[in-house]
Amino acid sequence: MSVDGIGARVARKEDRRFLTGKGRYTDDMSVPGMKFAVFVRSPHAHATIKSIDAKAAKTMPGVIDVLDGKQLQADGIGNLICGWMIHSKDGSPMKMGAWRPLADKTVRYVGDAVAIVVADSVAEARDAAEAVAVDYEPLPVVTDPVEALGEGQPQIHSEAPKNLIFDWELGDAAAVDRAIAAAAHVTEMKIVNNRLSPNAMEPRAALGIYDAGDDHYTCYTTSQNPHLARLVMSAFYNVAPENKLRVIAPDVGGGFGSKIYIYPEEIVCLWASKRTGVPVKWTADRTEAFLTDAHGRDHVSTVKMAFDGNNRITALKVDTIANLGAYMSLFSSCVPTYLYATLLSGQYAIPAIHANVRTVYTNTAPVDAYRGAGRPEATYLLERTMETAARELGLPPGELRRINFIRTFPHQTPVIMNYDAGDYEASLNAAMEAADWNGFAARRAEAERRGMKRGIGMSCYIEACGLAPSAAVGSLGAGVGLWESAEVRVNAVGTIEVMTGSHSHGQGHETTFAQLVAERFGVPIDSVNIVHGDTDKVQMGMGTYGSRSGAVGMSAVAKALDKVEAKAKKVAAHLMEADERDVVIEDGALKVAGTDKSVPWSQVALASYTAHNLPSGMEPGLKESAFYDPSNFTFPAGCHICEVEVDPETGQTKIVQFVAADDFGNIINPMIVEGQVHGGLAQGIGQALLEGVHYDDSGQLLTASYMDYAMPRADDLPSFKVTTSNTPCPGNPLGVKGCGEAGAIGSPPALINAVTDAIGNNEITMPATPQKVWAAAQAAH
Amino acid sequence: MYDTNYHRASSIDEAVNIMAAAAEGKYLSGGMTLIPTMKQRLAAPSDLVDLRHIAEMKGIAVDGRSVRIGAASTHEEVATSAALAAVCPAICRLAAHIGDPHVRHMGTIGGSIANNDPAADYPAAMLALDAVIVTDRREISAGDFFTGLFETALEDGEIITAVRFEAPARAAYQKFPNPASRYAMTGVFVVRRDDGGVRVAVTGAGSDGVFRHPGLEAALAANWSPDAVANVMVDATDLLSDLHASAAYRANLVKVMTKRAVAAA
Ligand SMILES: Cc1cc2nc3c(=O)[nH]c(=O)nc-3n(C[C@H](O)[C@H](O)[C@H](O)COP(=O)(O)OP(=O)(O)OC[C@H]3O[C@@H](n4cnc5c(N)ncnc54)[C@H](O)[C@@H]3O)c2cc1C
Repeated sequence: MSVDGIGARVARKEDRRFLTGKGRYTDDMSVPGMKFAVFVRSPHAHATIKSIDAKAAKTMPGVIDVLDGKQLQADGIGNLICGWMIHSKDGSPMKMGAWRPLADKTVRYVGDAVAIVVADSVAEARDAAEAVAVDYEPLPVVTDPVEALGEGQPQIHSEAPKNLIFDWELGDAAAVDRAIAAAAHVTEMKIVNNRLSPNAMEPRAALGIYDAGDDHYTCYTTSQNPHLARLVMSAFYNVAPENKLRVIAPDVGGGFGSKIYIYPEEIVCLWASKRTGVPVKWTADRTEAFLTDAHGRDHVSTVKMAFDGNNRITALKVDTIANLGAYMSLFSSCVPTYLYATLLSGQYAIPAIHANVRTVYTNTAPVDAYRGAGRPEATYLLERTMETAARELGLPPGELRRINFIRTFPHQTPVIMNYDAGDYEASLNAAMEAADWNGFAARRAEAERRGMKRGIGMSCYIEACGLAPSAAVGSLGAGVGLWESAEVRVNAVGTIEVMTGSHSHGQGHETTFAQLVAERFGVPIDSVNIVHGDTDKVQMGMGTYGSRSGAVGMSAVAKALDKVEAKAKKVAAHLMEADERDVVIEDGALKVAGTDKSVPWSQVALASYTAHNLPSGMEPGLKESAFYDPSNFTFPAGCHICEVEVDPETGQTKIVQFVAADDFGNIINPMIVEGQVHGGLAQGIGQALLEGVHYDDSGQLLTASYMDYAMPRADDLPSFKVTTSNTPCPGNPLGVKGCGEAGAIGSPPALINAVTDAIGNNEITMPATPQKVWAAAQAAH
Repeated sequence: MYDTNYHRASSIDEAVNIMAAAAEGKYLSGGMTLIPTMKQRLAAPSDLVDLRHIAEMKGIAVDGRSVRIGAASTHEEVATSAALAAVCPAICRLAAHIGDPHVRHMGTIGGSIANNDPAADYPAAMLALDAVIVTDRREISAGDFFTGLFETALEDGEIITAVRFEAPARAAYQKFPNPASRYAMTGVFVVRRDDGGVRVAVTGAGSDGVFRHPGLEAALAANWSPDAVANVMVDATDLLSDLHASAAYRANLVKVMTKRAVAAA
């Protein structure tokens, strides 16, 4: 391998730009004549719009125009869509209510956009937005998903009676009920997965530019998947046909899922640009981000886990209510179904599983995928239940898990997934050793002497990355294929550009993707550029989410590299008058194995473009593209162990140790992987200890700023102990699995298992705030 | 933010005069509270009169045990004043835990006291230290100064120029931060005088702002020890209850923070 190749701890190429303030984000973009937009948003969680009067606003200084939903509708702009069709168990399709980009008749959550003001400056737009008189007639409100399903509740969309979007199931209910009836022990729990706000550092933004000369639109936006944005905006929202719409997602400062979706603002900015004749830029402020970025999680579940007399799980029964908020966001329907229930087997051989999932409308912000998306919910439910079962059965928690681990692969679970590879015991052993599990009793006794309650908890998670293959997800209702594409362009001087449909918004693709090329061709990574985020530059792509860019995006690059390599070898063989089968690539040169014949990589590239001396019939050039459609998901897995000390007087929890032993398959750049794990752990710990979105009964968001929404800070976190033990993924050419979400998936149950162990009370919900832990500790006495 | 006129005053008189002439003026000190409020359009003063460049309002003077802190002193200046640390380290430590370094280098003691946020730290210190709030026109004892949530005895246009207090024999502040804002969810400042007199002031917990707790004061006057707190009843009735902490939990924190403050004093 080259020094920059696979497995090397290469410093991130993109960091020079980011650390010196030279990143180029959507809000940094400026084009001639550009004006600024502010949205008028509903202060009510549910209301009828009786009228919108913008006369006064339109005459205010600097105001170019004020546009509302009636005009948008008149211009034929379509409703926002949910891109994954789920059918209820009675066979009926999900009941989706209309989501207008600008609400024209009814607003359904605080922050729902009703009009856009375009002005010379943000300040003038804001002044005018305050002057837009919207006459609302408030309607009754429901924010709780369980209540929303009940009798006599407000009806949020007429399409969905009783606010029920779908009532879906997976698995064999009868087999599960039989196993539960015959069980030696059944552990039952109620599990709540708290609602989270994604909090990307860069708020969402959009710059819509309509070029009347070419009747062409350009949209700069904070997107994790610009091609998908273009596809959806042209196919469903009628903004413009694809060939008339360029979407650019430049540097994007974090997404965590929230920037997958196409939101009203980018559509409206594009449309407003045509309407007003000026480029229109909008950047969310932090309050708007809290109000309108798609939230994550928000499940209420009950679970029954049945065991036989040998402590083997015989069945799992899960009933979940998932809050999807006021509208169905782009992937909202697949998160609590195919990304959740399919993972309920965890690392365990469970003969029968049944999950019932009801999704519900409420007067809250839309809920969609957030780092982990469905898998954290499944893992939390399963690993809290496992820990509880171990306590009830009087077994050490590791022991109960060991008894139930899947040990042979491939393994077909009862909930669709077919696990290809893994070694769960290896991760468990590695984690227990790193955590000095056996020394815990002594540490607990020492803490007790200081008046502190020490607890330890584990979580053995599995997740599924790189949602695939396209045909399979299509049969389950997906509106898109989940492949990835790449193009490798070798320039005449031998430098290389890789156009990828993956999108980097913090993941470090500009480094890791270049490492792959360096590995293959023995060239320095500085001679490799990764191009992404622009529909005019990159052929096509499905973007970055679900930890798919390594397993799917890089595999597409590898496939294109195969083609480049094959052609380069032919050219080199011709130049050296050798058999192409004897040509090898080493240290940046093509050599005839076993001889001293060699041509440098750059010379092969040049020869390909001068085309003076190519094999007869060969096309000039050295540029290849590939589409890669995986044959399966990948299945990263691991074990997290958390040790905490609770101050019984205040309920304050301090994490004294956190170990993550993960299996990510082959690793391209260990430093970047560790960074991904650290970030994921911070978010998982944030969910478990600090974060939570709260609405009051009238639907006002109580946690609309950092004064009330507790984000994890450096001093909330310990120094993580991170190890990896890898079983290569057999399903893709690189043997990689994905590491972006694992930290957020595995950590919350480990932490809550530790807290409940410390205080001797299993009844606690996330976030385990000091107040809750104190109350639970009091109740335990 | 709405448009506003910015004035930099170089003396107290000048500041008062500009304020008197302004339609709806506001004094500006560190701006750490006022500017965010303006950015959110929750405040819209016609004029801002900046007090940070008035020499008379700056500086920390310690004479024996008499302390005078100019109102424009930043939290950082209070936190790092060696003279102050020699006689009343508790107030230095309090200042060192306000917000973050940026806030501490801008925010001022005068601004904090004038704002009287029910979760701010300084009001507890002022009340427990029986400080005197010095203004451009009078002196107000801390007990009379803090009158309610974000309410003070200040009249229109009145400027806090300094605070004064006698350094006590012992003092300590213990703060349990709100997990999100890191303001005090409950903070307790305890003071013990040479004559055995004790004052216990609580911030972050009272539904009417900072308050003294007579039960804790009596128990500690009788027995200045952490154990003395154990049997004191802290009534939750008048305590704040919100998303982060119920009144009952705050009542518990009042006791725990008092106990720890006494231990630290
Ligand atoms: C991120 C952050 C974290 C914070 N954390 C804490 C914390 O943990 N604990 C805490 O106590 N505080 C905290 N604060 C508040 C901080 O201490 C502020 O600095 C303080 O509350 C106000 O002081 P200021 O000098 O910035 O006043 P300004 O914001 O300038 O003014 C505040 C108010 O006081 C008035 N005013 C200012 N000076 C005078 C004067 N001399 N006479 C009369 N009126 C005056 C102003 O007109 C205004 O109404 C935090 C603030 C931020 C932004």
